Amino acid sequence: MKAISFVAGAALATVASTASADTLTVYTYDSFTSDWGPGPAVEKAFEAECDCDLEFVAMGDGAELLARLKLEGARTDADIVLGLDTNLTAAAKDTGLFAPHSVTADWSLPIEWTDTTFIPYDWGYFAFVYDKEKVSNPPESFDALAASDLSILIQDPRSSTPGLGLLLWVKSVYGDKAAEAWAGLNDQVVTVTKGWSEAYGMFLEGEADLVLSYTTSPAYHLIAEDDDSKAAIAFEEGNYMQIEVAGKVASSDQPELADKFMAFVASEAFQSIIPTTNWMYPAVTPKAGLPAGFETLAQPGKALVFSSEEAGALRKPAVEEWLATSAK
Amino acid sequence: MNRATTLGVIALGVVVCLTFGTLAAVALRADAVARLGPADWAAVRFTLWQAALSAALSILLAIPVARALARRRFPGRTVLVTLLGAPFILPVIVAVLGLIAVFGRSGVVSTVLGAFGAEPVSIYGYHGVILAHVFFNFPLATRLILQGWLSIPAERFRLAASLGLRPHDIARMLERPMLREVVPGAALVIFLICLTSFAVALTLGGGPRATTVELAIYEAFRFDFDLGRAALLALIQFALGAGAALIAFWVAIPGDMGAGLDRAIRRWDDSVLHRTRDVLVVGLAMLFLALPLAMVVVNGLPGVLSLPVQVYAAALRSILVALGSAGLTLILALPIAVYAVQRRSRLIEGLGYMTIAASPLVIGTGLFIITFPFIKPSDLALPITALVNAAMSLPFTLRALVPALAATEANFGALADGLGMHGLARLRYLWLPRLRRPIGFALGLAGALSMGDLGVIAMFADTHNATLPLQLFRLMGAYRMEDAAAAGLLLLLLSLSIFWIFDRGGRVNAVR
Repeated sequence: MKAISFVAGAALATVASTASADTLTVYTYDSFTSDWGPGPAVEKAFEAECDCDLEFVAMGDGAELLARLKLEGARTDADIVLGLDTNLTAAAKDTGLFAPHSVTADWSLPIEWTDTTFIPYDWGYFAFVYDKEKVSNPPESFDALAASDLSILIQDPRSSTPGLGLLLWVKSVYGDKAAEAWAGLNDQVVTVTKGWSEAYGMFLEGEADLVLSYTTSPAYHLIAEDDDSKAAIAFEEGNYMQIEVAGKVASSDQPELADKFMAFVASEAFQSIIPTTNWMYPAVTPKAGLPAGFETLAQPGKALVFSSEEAGALRKPAVEEWLATSAK
Repeated sequence: MNRATTLGVIALGVVVCLTFGTLAAVALRADAVARLGPADWAAVRFTLWQAALSAALSILLAIPVARALARRRFPGRTVLVTLLGAPFILPVIVAVLGLIAVFGRSGVVSTVLGAFGAEPVSIYGYHGVILAHVFFNFPLATRLILQGWLSIPAERFRLAASLGLRPHDIARMLERPMLREVVPGAALVIFLICLTSFAVALTLGGGPRATTVELAIYEAFRFDFDLGRAALLALIQFALGAGAALIAFWVAIPGDMGAGLDRAIRRWDDSVLHRTRDVLVVGLAMLFLALPLAMVVVNGLPGVLSLPVQVYAAALRSILVALGSAGLTLILALPIAVYAVQRRSRLIEGLGYMTIAASPLVIGTGLFIITFPFIKPSDLALPITALVNAAMSLPFTLRALVPALAATEANFGALADGLGMHGLARLRYLWLPRLRRPIGFALGLAGALSMGDLGVIAMFADTHNATLPLQLFRLMGAYRMEDAAAAGLLLLLLSLSIFWIFDRGGRVNAVR
């Protein structure tokens, strides 16, 4: 009896939780929806102008979003997916689950934006972040890092976009010798976390000397916490760039609302929230410019990036190469 | 065929479908394109290696503790031996939380080491996985080996003393032969348990270097959505589990130490050195087991009443899943037990035990592949979790029910037959009253196991239908350790309560 009433209860709960008429469901990564992330402010700003209910659903880290969408297929509740990056857009387009966008904007990106399916919402450079009080002599290249005895926290490239970014960063620096470079780094890796939040949280708890994050991460400590002890390293080889994107799901039951949200992402309201909540460079610089403090951030001498097609082709072999080296 | 047999056949059919049906669904899906990379084989090697090492360490630590408990009598000893059974119903994620509080970078051990200027220790990686496995299984090993020690008749020690045997002679002639019989079986049981380890590897495993096959299945599913590879890994997992289970059945030969009069064991080979060592060994073992749990209580207490509302919602879902799973377990187990007892068939009973070799994630993947074309997976997350948990609890439930039912039938079966008491009447007036205790115990066990389970739910759930263990895992991921500790304490209380309530309910007014 218990079992039967339980199953009935679960079924009822399921029915009750299905989206009501005017709800826009946005799948995103964990840190976007956290209390200190952009989620709450974005929700408030969009709901003020859309007369709808904006619901963020956090699904682990960026790369997990894609697997989740494949798992749910056209049956997904998602109207928008926000949090993939250009390293994943090729694979995302292959699923056929995304619809083209119609947004035009004056993008302030280091590269020209030509993608017709996804729009950028912010960008930044991957970098290793350290505590100036603990690490006095930060390594300024991958070789120097491998030669040091500093401990590192990184993310799994299969589940996390920073993890995948690091993989492609190493690939772009070392090419065919990437496996050897990983062999040199792996003995310093404390652990490989599923997502960015886990790794950064562990870093703040003192579990390692360096964490893979962004050149913009120190801005959070500087602006939000008035703490200038954290710094990011610009590598001599250059730092790999990440452009985070949003896309509209083709099977959305709220296509007009989804289009409205896509336009909102490129608007001043959304873009001015990004720098001090997601701690990245906005895709369209707000009228007031970047917040004070951003000028102190490390500037990579060289921006490294693969096109989304190149990254799409490199991803699988690079992940396999990394797995094979790291599992030893 | 009477009604009881029909129900028995149906229940067995469900179990066979859950184990082999889901495996077949997975196997059919494993197309030729899927292939295993070096990392997958590394996962296979790591799985075998960590299971073997965890088993060996658990046994090595358990032998001195079991020996001390066997030859000492002290107040609280019975309670202590009972508590050694507690890790079995302890949610894995709660234990992990406690272990991090003790062995993590900012944990107790690192703080003490830091006071002496030593480097802090890290718990993430293969050593953390093995530490957690030892934490769970060394109490089990201690209980199994203690039983071995207590099976040596007191008369043997009396004889040894009158022959003037010295401690190492006693060890050679009595204790080592006993260990030779008990240890392989105990080691294999632990090996089997560690073989399907998931939650420990998920929380403490340090990336590709510490990935079990079970975790690799999860990753193939969650990260790559590579059903073919998940299927291949699932087949390997099943082969490993079934292989170990077969060896376990083959090795576990009952020992024969001769009969005794069950008098209290008295040892004449005592010394101050032995006594000191025993006190130390038992003390350290208790510290190792109690400290992590004490940390969960201490860290969790301040926040347990001010948890985020999602945690309470998750707790409610967990209670529903646990009750559902306990109910399902009984619905499956009772007909199988009746069928097995009526037919006096070890084979039927054995088929019920089969799920011990199956992996919950394989069953989950199979059910997913079967239901995927019709229903959105996250809608089924909770019912599937309850069902898979029920299947996992089935062996323990049968283990409790079958002997009790056999005894009931032997004592009262003929009378019931003579009275023409069949079907529901027999269930109501004979089986249920006589089986009240084992049923209560089994429901409590199934409920507690399900309450603490972090497995299938992690594969399917989204933010709306997380159970408490999953919610706790997410809090840990977000490094909200205060909330995580409080949620851990809540989960601990719920697991222990559900076991206590059912087990107690089975005892109150029970026919003795």
